[in-house]
Amino acid sequence: MNFGFSEEQEILRGEVRKFLDEHAPLEEVRRQAEATDGFSRELWSRMSALGWVGLTIPEAYGGAEMGLVTSVVLLEEAGRGLFPSPLVSQTLAAQAIMRAGSDEQKQRFLPGLADGSRIATVALLEESDRFDPEGIALLAAPDGDGEVLRGRKCCVSDASAADLFVVVYRSSAGVGPDGISLAVIEKGGAGVSVDAHPSVDLTKRVSTLTLDGVRVDEGIRLGAAGSAWPTVSYIFDVGATLVTAEAVGSAEGGLAMTTAFAKERTQFGSPIGRFQGVKHPLAEMYVDVESFKSLAYYAAWALDQSADDAAIAVSRAKAYASEVLPGMGLQGVELHGGIGYTWEYDIQLYLKRARWVRPMFGDADHHYQRVAALGGL
Amino acid sequence: MDFELSPEEEAFRDEVRRFLDENLPPVEERKPEFEGEWQRKVRDKRWVGFSWPSDVGGGGGSIMEQVILKEEMSDRRAPSLGTCFMGLAWVGPSIIHYGNETQKQRFIPEILDGKYQWCTGYSEPGSGSDLASLQCKAVREGDEYVVNGQKIWTSLAPWAEWIILLVRTSSDGPAKHDGITCLLVPMKSPGVDVRPIKNMAGSAVFAEVFFDNVRVPAENRLGEEGQGWQVTVSALASERSSISEVQGLVRRYAELKELAQTTQKNGRPASAHGPLRARLVRVETRIEAMRLNGLRFLTKQLKGEKLGSETSINKLHRANLEIEMGEIALEICGNAASVASGEATPGGGKWQHFSLSWPEVVIGGGTPNIQRNIIAERILGLPKD
Ligand SMILES: Cc1cc2nc3c(=O)[nH]c(=O)nc-3n(C[C@H](O)[C@H](O)[C@H](O)COP(=O)(O)OP(=O)(O)OC[C@H]3O[C@@H](n4cnc5c(N)ncnc54)[C@H](O)[C@@H]3O)c2cc1C
Repeated sequence: MNFGFSEEQEILRGEVRKFLDEHAPLEEVRRQAEATDGFSRELWSRMSALGWVGLTIPEAYGGAEMGLVTSVVLLEEAGRGLFPSPLVSQTLAAQAIMRAGSDEQKQRFLPGLADGSRIATVALLEESDRFDPEGIALLAAPDGDGEVLRGRKCCVSDASAADLFVVVYRSSAGVGPDGISLAVIEKGGAGVSVDAHPSVDLTKRVSTLTLDGVRVDEGIRLGAAGSAWPTVSYIFDVGATLVTAEAVGSAEGGLAMTTAFAKERTQFGSPIGRFQGVKHPLAEMYVDVESFKSLAYYAAWALDQSADDAAIAVSRAKAYASEVLPGMGLQGVELHGGIGYTWEYDIQLYLKRARWVRPMFGDADHHYQRVAALGGL
Repeated sequence: MDFELSPEEEAFRDEVRRFLDENLPPVEERKPEFEGEWQRKVRDKRWVGFSWPSDVGGGGGSIMEQVILKEEMSDRRAPSLGTCFMGLAWVGPSIIHYGNETQKQRFIPEILDGKYQWCTGYSEPGSGSDLASLQCKAVREGDEYVVNGQKIWTSLAPWAEWIILLVRTSSDGPAKHDGITCLLVPMKSPGVDVRPIKNMAGSAVFAEVFFDNVRVPAENRLGEEGQGWQVTVSALASERSSISEVQGLVRRYAELKELAQTTQKNGRPASAHGPLRARLVRVETRIEAMRLNGLRFLTKQLKGEKLGSETSINKLHRANLEIEMGEIALEICGNAASVASGEATPGGGKWQHFSLSWPEVVIGGGTPNIQRNIIAERILGLPKD
């Protein structure tokens, strides 16, 4: 029985923390987030060289062949200082290819993702903004021995930086899980365009991906047409877990910042952290972070083990996190007083991150409903 | 991460299961004489005081084995292991840690055998959360202490034979903790007067206890004079990873879920009503978070580290959950919730009773505000108020 990390994982945590403390303190994060693609290419290459970008990719394709539990360590640390990077997107795209791709496709795509020379993301959502089969309406038209896609995918993370998009669509009309397909589409191909939007959280870029007559054939479709729902569903679960892990870090980062402020800021002749109106909300935040942290760790483990309770474990973690994060972000700003409202001061960045996390891969309502259904309520 | 048991742990689990198969009838088939037989058998197996050292008569079990034992017992709804509730929970551990040989030999076997009950005399009318301000006084006269003062909220006092008592022996020290001493006092001592207090659920389980020139032999002092705070705090801090509390909540939630699914509200099961459903599933998720928090605490213990203030996390969860589950149950029962007992209300009144019992957990073990202070001050390092 050991519900903790291995020595190797703890070493990784230490290394990532040291690396990010040195290269990505918050003022640096702000600068990096303002770069064209919203992150530092230079740090990306260095992290790739350290093996962090391809953490979950099999060794045969140049990765470190670690489980999601190890990615949790990496993302928790990345979240702590709001480090901007396509790590989550890259991992999800790689997972989709690992699960549903042929040997040839793995050979073709994974090494570039493992060494960070190519960046990939997943294009899942549409206007429906749903994380279930009903939400996927983009319908391919048959075209000889292939298909043609015409439509849009919304809120695609890291799309402006991405070279590859793992796109979810339908090969046959319907609303259920049957007929859903996945394909790897390259940027720069005919009919592929990205509209980058201004984002509220500068460290999380969102775009719309437009596919205007993009041809999909067997070479780039992951698995048989119409058979991809299990993979898509898995990607939703991995996404929810990784985003929650990253949110553990950001929530702890925000809490640490507000706690430090409460020790320092003096009013009525005493540090404000002495007042229970200040210290009790901070204690409650601690309880919540520790709790969704436990849920997230277990979810990652359950996914790695393909445990029977993996889906409900993921939903519990994301539901809890989505429920409490925005409140933590709001409290963080409020407890800082006027300074917290300024663009200059960093606590507001944590509120924006919390709001980015809330709907990502399903909000509290979505996941609680899933917990209810899976739990036989 | 790994949730597997080692081969030795599995063997132990199998042993427990075999024992339960052979010795534990289903709840409906348990006869009145069963409880006594059960207690004898588990005592023979040294499962009472299972984690206590074997030289004092305990089981010498490891932390992990204890968790396994409790889990198996709870799964099968076995009666408690031992009957001396407070003796097993903190009086015994305090004596093992701070008592002299004579005290260990005198008290520990009887706690294990469940010869009698202990009660706990810490709180006073003027000293609850601020326990260290206690005033009940003891003055040394020769080989005796003479005790005068009052305790309150003393659970089990109406039945207990012994009380573990905190008294003030001095007011001189620099800190108010300094002058506190711990005495072990027979409840039959002349001058002890117990006045039961009825709680809002209607039962009189706790009491006021008055001490009027009660003479206590000095050999009944546990630890040194002035060491009482340490003696009792160490016992309260013999914290567990809250795993057994979680099992209680899991069982309660299962009953609540059944109530929600079998009770009709506006022509549909209560569990199908959006707001109730949302509250239920929130409860379920928090119980699981508590369980996993407990496993993280357990992992820490297994690595040989001591648990600290982090156990307040699960105390706060538990406080919220006890209250919330009671409120959900009453809402499901609807107007029948105003019937205290009998056929006319779902569950025959158990939810009404449950929903009036939360203070045992929420107030009895240190209030939520005090838990928040503990987290804020000892974990986050904020200044004391
Ligand atoms: C069912 C039950 C069984 C019990 N059994 C025993 C027993 O066997 N032996 C025993 O010794 N005691 C026992 N107690 C007593 C229990 O430990 C005390 O009730 C508890 O510590 C609170 O003390 P109090 O009742 O004096 O409330 P107070 O300390 O007066 O608290 C009143 C309110 O003020 C709040 N408060 C107090 N201080 C602060 C602060 N610094 N900051 C913010 N809020 C604060 C509290 O949270 C609470 O809400 C029992 C209590 C109950 C309810």
